[in-house]
Amino acid sequence: MGRRTPVRANLDALFALPTAAVTLQTAAGFNPTGVGSVCYRQAEGAAFAQTQTDVVALLDADDGPDVERSDDAFGFTWLLARHDPNDMAGLVTDLHAVNTTLEAQGFGPGLLCSLVAFTDAAGRRLGLVYLYKQGTFYPFVPLERQRRDNVVEIQIRDLVKNDLPVEPQLQRWMPVWGAPGL
Amino acid sequence: MASTRFIKDTGLTARMTLVMFLLGALFVALIVGLMYAFESLAVFIGIAGLGIAFYQWYNSDKMALRAMRAREVAPHEAPELHGMIDRLCAMADMPKPRVAISYTDMPNAFATGRSPNRSVVCVTTGVMDRLTAEELEGVLAHELSHVAHRDVLVMTVASSAGIIAGMVTRGAQFGGLGMMGRSRNSNSGGAAGLMIALLVSLVVYAISFLLIKLLSRYRELCADRSAAFLTQKPSALASALTKITGEIASIPTKDLRSAQSMNAFFIAPAISGASLKTLTSTHPSLEERLEQLAKVAAELGRPMDGGFPTP
Repeated sequence: MGRRTPVRANLDALFALPTAAVTLQTAAGFNPTGVGSVCYRQAEGAAFAQTQTDVVALLDADDGPDVERSDDAFGFTWLLARHDPNDMAGLVTDLHAVNTTLEAQGFGPGLLCSLVAFTDAAGRRLGLVYLYKQGTFYPFVPLERQRRDNVVEIQIRDLVKNDLPVEPQLQRWMPVWGAPGL
Repeated sequence: MASTRFIKDTGLTARMTLVMFLLGALFVALIVGLMYAFESLAVFIGIAGLGIAFYQWYNSDKMALRAMRAREVAPHEAPELHGMIDRLCAMADMPKPRVAISYTDMPNAFATGRSPNRSVVCVTTGVMDRLTAEELEGVLAHELSHVAHRDVLVMTVASSAGIIAGMVTRGAQFGGLGMMGRSRNSNSGGAAGLMIALLVSLVVYAISFLLIKLLSRYRELCADRSAAFLTQKPSALASALTKITGEIASIPTKDLRSAQSMNAFFIAPAISGASLKTLTSTHPSLEERLEQLAKVAAELGRPMDGGFPTP
């Protein structure tokens, strides 16, 4: 809407996450928790409900834990997938599947973001957020009482900027308080 | 691969383009008519008229906020409102406008500003009190699509011919232009030129008045469509419109009169009781808007081929 030719979401960028995860592990001590989620707007009507059921069924087809669905205060839906913390590739494949299925069914405009959670030894939480519409990533480090650790976020950005397309505009680094999995 | 359910409404686009073309043609006709009547003075009148239009557009955000006695709010003052707009802007991939609140009980919202980077979205406390979060989001999406489509610029450009024609008509009323007419000709030539200019201006003013209202209604329908596709909830916007329109009709006119100059940018017009409604209103009728939203809902609900195979 804001620009004449919309940026085509490059969902393959998600597959760069395992590389970035290794970088984070070695350089910053942030380990993946094996939890990732996709945030989208549920469209009205039976077509979307059917698509969503199909996606959940697809992801639940493996032996791992089932997908969890939750709604947030802003009216967005989160699909949360759990994997073994070492299986970053499997997690990313799940997130990719959710994104591409919704996109293929014409619900791409309803996708907001995808998130992969990390944590370090001190218990700090980090989310790498993928903005669907911009096709870029940014770090989100929540602290108590709706504050965020901007210093760590900037450090993380500089660490992963060679592995991932990072969102250059800081005002697009939207906080996602209370995101499932963080 | 990437497909979308957002289908262009070709009929609406064609009608809108035609109206804009007619407004442009009207502008040219006015300038030609004025040049015939006043020669060199026409350029001056034209520039002055465009100057006024430009000033209105350039300062639209400040003027609108002052007219509505609205105040800009920071994210910590209205976290829910800001969070909602943050998410909508991320979904629409547009820069975030400033956010303002107008402390009035009249349920309404508007967006204004010279460009998407310098725009402001304002909601009244009345609209926030009456609508649920879902409905408020639909209203905000409607206003954001006005911003993204640069409707303030479009409407200002569209109304410039009308502004110039109005200036000439009013100038002629006070006789100011008669003295500045063709000085090298005889008096009768000047009077004839003045009459032609007055006639042309009056006709242009009348036609552009109707065309601008028509264009405004089309822009509203466009904004409704985009808002419904952005939030994926046409029915939330529909219920918000029903609520706002119903509430506005039942509020005493005394409060509303002061807000009349802002009508073109409101989500629902704040004038109750209208005659000649279909021709001169800035907003489409509620029925028309609801019908369109129902169409959007049908498009969202239809199954698509070539996607995920159903088990």
